[in-house]
Amino acid sequence: MSSSLNPSVLHQRREGRLVLLLLAPALLVVGGLLIVPLCWLAWQSVRQDGGFTLAHYARFLTDDVYWRTFLQTFRMAFIVTGATIVLGYPVAYVAAGAPRRWSVAILAMIVLPFWTSVLVRAYAWLILLQRRGLVNSALTDLGLIDEPLRLVNNELGTIIATIHILLPFMVLPLYATMQKIPSDLTMAGASLGGTPLHVFLRVFLPLSLPGVVAGTVLVFVLTLGFYITPELLGGGRTFMVSMLVSRNIEIYNEWGAASSISIVLLVCVFLIFRLASLLIPFERIMGAR
Amino acid sequence: MRVTLSISAMMATLLLSAAGASAEQITFVSQGGAYQEAQTKAILDPVAKLLGITINQDSSPDAWPVLKTQTATGKPVWDVVDTPTKDCIRGGEQGMIEKLDFSRIPNAADIPPAYKTPYSVSYEFYSSVLAYNKKAYGSNPPKSWADFWDVKKFPGTRALRNHPLATLEAALLADGVPADKLYPLDVDRAFRKLEELKPHVTVWWTSGAQSAQLLADGEIDMEMAWNGRVTAVIKEGMPVDYTFNQGFLQDTSLCILKGAPNLDTAYRFLNAAIAPDIQANFPAYIDYGPGNPAAYATGKISPARAAQMPSSPENAAKQVLISVEWWSSPAGEEAQKRWASFIQK
Repeated sequence: MSSSLNPSVLHQRREGRLVLLLLAPALLVVGGLLIVPLCWLAWQSVRQDGGFTLAHYARFLTDDVYWRTFLQTFRMAFIVTGATIVLGYPVAYVAAGAPRRWSVAILAMIVLPFWTSVLVRAYAWLILLQRRGLVNSALTDLGLIDEPLRLVNNELGTIIATIHILLPFMVLPLYATMQKIPSDLTMAGASLGGTPLHVFLRVFLPLSLPGVVAGTVLVFVLTLGFYITPELLGGGRTFMVSMLVSRNIEIYNEWGAASSISIVLLVCVFLIFRLASLLIPFERIMGAR
Repeated sequence: MRVTLSISAMMATLLLSAAGASAEQITFVSQGGAYQEAQTKAILDPVAKLLGITINQDSSPDAWPVLKTQTATGKPVWDVVDTPTKDCIRGGEQGMIEKLDFSRIPNAADIPPAYKTPYSVSYEFYSSVLAYNKKAYGSNPPKSWADFWDVKKFPGTRALRNHPLATLEAALLADGVPADKLYPLDVDRAFRKLEELKPHVTVWWTSGAQSAQLLADGEIDMEMAWNGRVTAVIKEGMPVDYTFNQGFLQDTSLCILKGAPNLDTAYRFLNAAIAPDIQANFPAYIDYGPGNPAAYATGKISPARAAQMPSSPENAAKQVLISVEWWSSPAGEEAQKRWASFIQK
């Protein structure tokens, strides 16, 4: 007996090695481009003049700019998420209930702007919303307003453009969830005497909630990291965390401070994912199934 | 036989490289883009021809980090840089920039003391000016920062740069501080005055392109912007004008790296590049003014063109020279940090 191993164990081992080999490129990319830079970031955030320091983190407690920026960023994220639910839910509902041809058309309209650069869309909103822009000119010409409304170069303009950019991230998970709700259930509810509103509230809405959670997490987290839109449309006073990071490097050349802000934002995002995963499994947020 | 051959080949290579080194050359670094193209035609090509040297060009929008790494090795590749004066000064203080021997730069004698530091000589000037929409103000446009702050007499939307440099100075001038008593800046007073105007500032712009677009689209009626950006908008035919009155003169300077590989040629280049006759070429290619005011006396710059130049003696007299020393001092750095919290509140 040269070997006591039976063939199936050998086979399994070979397969294990093969899987590792197949995974190697992906692991290298993730390790090299994500894990290593993140570690470097964490390292930078506790270093100053060649020694260990917590000074960069202490600024979260002492510098009012820091917590104001986080407050503004979370405020934006709440408003944008709320608005995308209100706007996106009916759209997804109609798309999921419509005949296939129509639902494809609706989804195409939602996804189409997705392929336009964020920069282009920001400038498009600028053209629409600025003082002599299309919206203000139309309203003035119709005699509805005397003075142009301040629609852009402030938080409002930033919120409008951000909602537009992130709406697909809400509609698509919602649609995916709603489409899987068997129509038999709502029919059963109706046949048992439920009014349409009652059936919606008691049957459809609870079943669509995983989609709402998935969309909420995606939109909320993406808003936290928004940079170009507030930079271009915020008029300089809509100050988000991402801008605080870049300003710390551009103006003060402080990599430690910038790193500590990034790490704190990252921890916030992890916490949000963790919270959401208590409600629905993580794979469903990302896969939205 | 083979050995002797290869030795003679080596000798030949050595000789060749020695010959290459004796043909004088320097590596010159500026900020790239249209600005570097313009100075290639205005300054670099004429100087290369005049001195019979080769000027290798490199560009870096922010030379500071590169200066740091190059001089850290003790064997820098660059010789001369065109960079904000602040970098020359702090570079000099940190042993990265050569302390200039002005006896080797006779042309610097024409340049006013305020335009020189122990480490640098002014190369070109730009200006932060008050620009406005002509349609909004007709025959009575704003002429000073006091007018800019006067929202009753001059209603309309306003924009300022999202940066304290020149903005704090404007606030103090608006508050009645005489131009020659600005420095050291009374930072508290400046922020108080800015607080007053803040509700009326529509946009705090971050990039030069944005400031130009705000003017061109009529989004704002007046703003502080860089003169080159404003003239570009005017050239597009927009109803825009500006004044040099109470403008803020800023410059970039030439300085030489410590341990520059071609120090002697670098000095010869620097001296030639600030010669009045060469400097007078600037206005033909770009809206930045010569760093050497003697250029205006060469007759190369027409009076009409001189009137558009930030550094012409007439315009310079109306303006304030930004104090780089103050802005690189601890008080200046503190003011920059205070800016973020001012904007956010």
